[in-house]
Amino acid sequence: MIGLDLTINGRSVRARVAPLTRLLDFLREHQGLAGTKEGCGEGECGACTVLVDGLPVVSCLAPMGQLDGATVTTIEGLTAAGPGLDRVQEALLDEGGTQCGICTPGIVMVAHALLAANPRPTLDEIRNALAGNICRCTGYTAIYEAVYRAAGRAR
Amino acid sequence: MTTIGAPLRRKEGLDKVTGRAVYLDDMTRPGQLWGRTVRADVPGGQLERIDFAPGPPWDEIVVVTARDIPGRNVVPLVADDQPCLVARDIRHREEPVVLLAHADRQVLARAVAAVRLVVAPAPAVLSLDAATDVLSELTLERGDLAAGLARADLVVDGTYETGAQEHLYIEPQAMLAEIGEDGALTVWGSLQCPYYVRPAVAAVLGLPEDRVRVIQTTTGGGFGGKEEYPSMIACHAALLAATARRPVKLVYERGEDMRATTKRHPSRTRHRVGVSRDGRLLALETEFVLDGGAYLTLSPVVLSRGVIHAPGPYRWPSLRIRGRVMRTSYPPHGAFRGFGAPQAIFALEVHLDRVARALGLDPVELRRRNLLRPGDLMATGQPVEPGVDPLAVLDRALDASGFAARRAACDASNAGASAVKRGVGLATFFHGAGFTGAGESKLASEAALRLGADGRVEILVSSVEIGQGAATTHAQIVSEALGVPYEAVTVAVVDTAVVPNSGPTVASRTVMVVGGLLAQAAHEMVDRLRAQAGLPRPHTPADFVVAARAYTHAHGPLVTRARYRTPTGWRWDERTLTGEAYAAYAWACYVAEVAVDTRTGEAEVTDFVAVQDVGRVVNPVTARGQVHGGVCQGIGFALYEDVVWQDGGMANGRMTNYIVPTSADTPPIAVVFCEGEASSSKGLGELPMDGSAPAVVNALNAALGTEIARIPALPERVLQALPA
Repeated sequence: MIGLDLTINGRSVRARVAPLTRLLDFLREHQGLAGTKEGCGEGECGACTVLVDGLPVVSCLAPMGQLDGATVTTIEGLTAAGPGLDRVQEALLDEGGTQCGICTPGIVMVAHALLAANPRPTLDEIRNALAGNICRCTGYTAIYEAVYRAAGRAR
Repeated sequence: MTTIGAPLRRKEGLDKVTGRAVYLDDMTRPGQLWGRTVRADVPGGQLERIDFAPGPPWDEIVVVTARDIPGRNVVPLVADDQPCLVARDIRHREEPVVLLAHADRQVLARAVAAVRLVVAPAPAVLSLDAATDVLSELTLERGDLAAGLARADLVVDGTYETGAQEHLYIEPQAMLAEIGEDGALTVWGSLQCPYYVRPAVAAVLGLPEDRVRVIQTTTGGGFGGKEEYPSMIACHAALLAATARRPVKLVYERGEDMRATTKRHPSRTRHRVGVSRDGRLLALETEFVLDGGAYLTLSPVVLSRGVIHAPGPYRWPSLRIRGRVMRTSYPPHGAFRGFGAPQAIFALEVHLDRVARALGLDPVELRRRNLLRPGDLMATGQPVEPGVDPLAVLDRALDASGFAARRAACDASNAGASAVKRGVGLATFFHGAGFTGAGESKLASEAALRLGADGRVEILVSSVEIGQGAATTHAQIVSEALGVPYEAVTVAVVDTAVVPNSGPTVASRTVMVVGGLLAQAAHEMVDRLRAQAGLPRPHTPADFVVAARAYTHAHGPLVTRARYRTPTGWRWDERTLTGEAYAAYAWACYVAEVAVDTRTGEAEVTDFVAVQDVGRVVNPVTARGQVHGGVCQGIGFALYEDVVWQDGGMANGRMTNYIVPTSADTPPIAVVFCEGEASSSKGLGELPMDGSAPAVVNALNAALGTEIARIPALPERVLQALPA
């Protein structure tokens, strides 16, 4: 067991965990943040993506031992930031970018990070940014359109 | 109130985009244990003994084997041939043998590794060529085949193969079972068919069905993969919970899910087509063979759909389609979006391009000369419904895709020196919606609506939301039929203690069949409110609320129901496959453009246009989403998704090496609906799975001048197909 301090969704958290505990399990089982989903457990599907210090990270491959001092944002942290939805969430609803929904939290986090770094992405930039998030329902087209819309552009 | 056709936000969308939707793995019950499954791990044999090696704390671990089953050791489906746990015979590698449960997953993992199965091995059947046991067989015949072939100027043969395909819903299979003080059992789960799970669990536990309650949790994708297999997992969780007298959660790890659960039936189709010099199709002789795997599961129903779709949307003066499902030693193949039709349509559409090349005729022209017209009879003898025009769908697709210009541009590009070749291809096809033949009549689905005192109306059906938009489209249908706002219609949690059996969530039937029942129940509700609560005609939403209050005050809650009734004059012969095969067909023409690198064999779909007639579109956003998703799965089926078998098991049961399309592989997909004056909706969910793969492969063959006939068209296979 090790002790470490991190910030989760703006809240200071002191953790006492085995160093190889997955961030995914820490969030879901210790912090009650079940919005982050497990799809494959090997970093391929992207459903468990959260932001660590602002960058997308697959939480199933992130051991807690590496996260002392880190700032973690999950899907719950986005909506807690304000009364309404994030612009990506709004756009996903309008464009039909969520179907079964299990990949959606990860996609919201990646799109959020993309737009923070690149407010006016091209279609290819969107496709490449999302290439680590598998969606089996939407065929991605509505997700591209949602990211465009969130960026204030029309296709 | 015009709700149908409006791009309304999905009912449960807010919960999904905020991460608040509760999937099975997000649930925890007090005192809950985790369950795991120990599998045979050999493709065939007899189980002689189970040893539990020392190490794990066996006195703390709940253990269930076949001999602990209180009821029948079977997962009932078409036939009762598949056991819930192996008693003696092992027929495939992934057969469940021992169930374990413990509160600590790490202890459980050690326990799984400490179970040793002593098995006398038996030979396994690991190829279609070696298979001799016919699980199911059907023939569809029309006209005089011998005469048709004799009359032909040209006879073209071809053999086509499709591989197994994994559903790869992103939420793995998951169930939680809990037994109450009174011995009644509740199962929560990720599933498509609550009324399949309930009798299965009741049979295994030896309980009456009304002592088993099944509740659907938010389901992270299904595509058919959560049609029949969840019954197995529910039985396992229930057995563990009943033994432990504690709640047990069984969530499959991704690898276990990929290896053990059903996949699309691999197929081999041999076509022989007789055609006249001027491109009239005269005769079709087809042998359509599916690999069923080790048990029957739904194979006979998959076969009949495949055989009925095998002739495609064309006029055939004569044909004979012989279909067979063979037993092998693979894990049973099962329901997957399209249900036999994608395999059959792939084979025919790729073959028609071959026929066109043999004739020196444009593949578009070959289709144009032979497409069914309104009033024509299909192979089953069912007439093409009035108002449908397959030729108009073809023309719309040619126009929307700029087919001729696009093909000319590909030809021009290919004349250059570039190693990257381009091609454009198309497929014309149909998909029969709802259950085949008498299926809906036998099922006699029921749907209901419940009116509250506040004027809100709750939908009561067992048809589940799995991402396809069932809740949203049902609410739109009910809203329009009642003349109330979309927001005033809610959808009940699917719980067998609450909702009637509206049938399984399969076969593109949810909007067409169940939506139709809901509209009937809504009309009855309006009639009752007019007769008994003074609802004026016409009425406003405010009038509806007033009437609801008056009715419920006087009579209590109002529940109206509708049950499926077979339309008069319908006939179906399931032996000869003649009569009304489907209540309606959706018609489509898909166009794909590909770029393929002749140095690496790597192909990429660069553009896609999907045009279809599915009748009236209930919600353009969810409808478009069904097409986008189906096309993407079809691209995967065509190019990437390769199940590698080794000793009867899936060797690449990981997302690292079973490749599905990512956003980088998926072009924007243009979707066109030919609605015309349609007043009713036809099934849509499976249609896009049917025509995508042949459009892609026809584009590949056009780009390369090859005869690729086997999918997935992996780079290695593309290179092999290239002319030397």
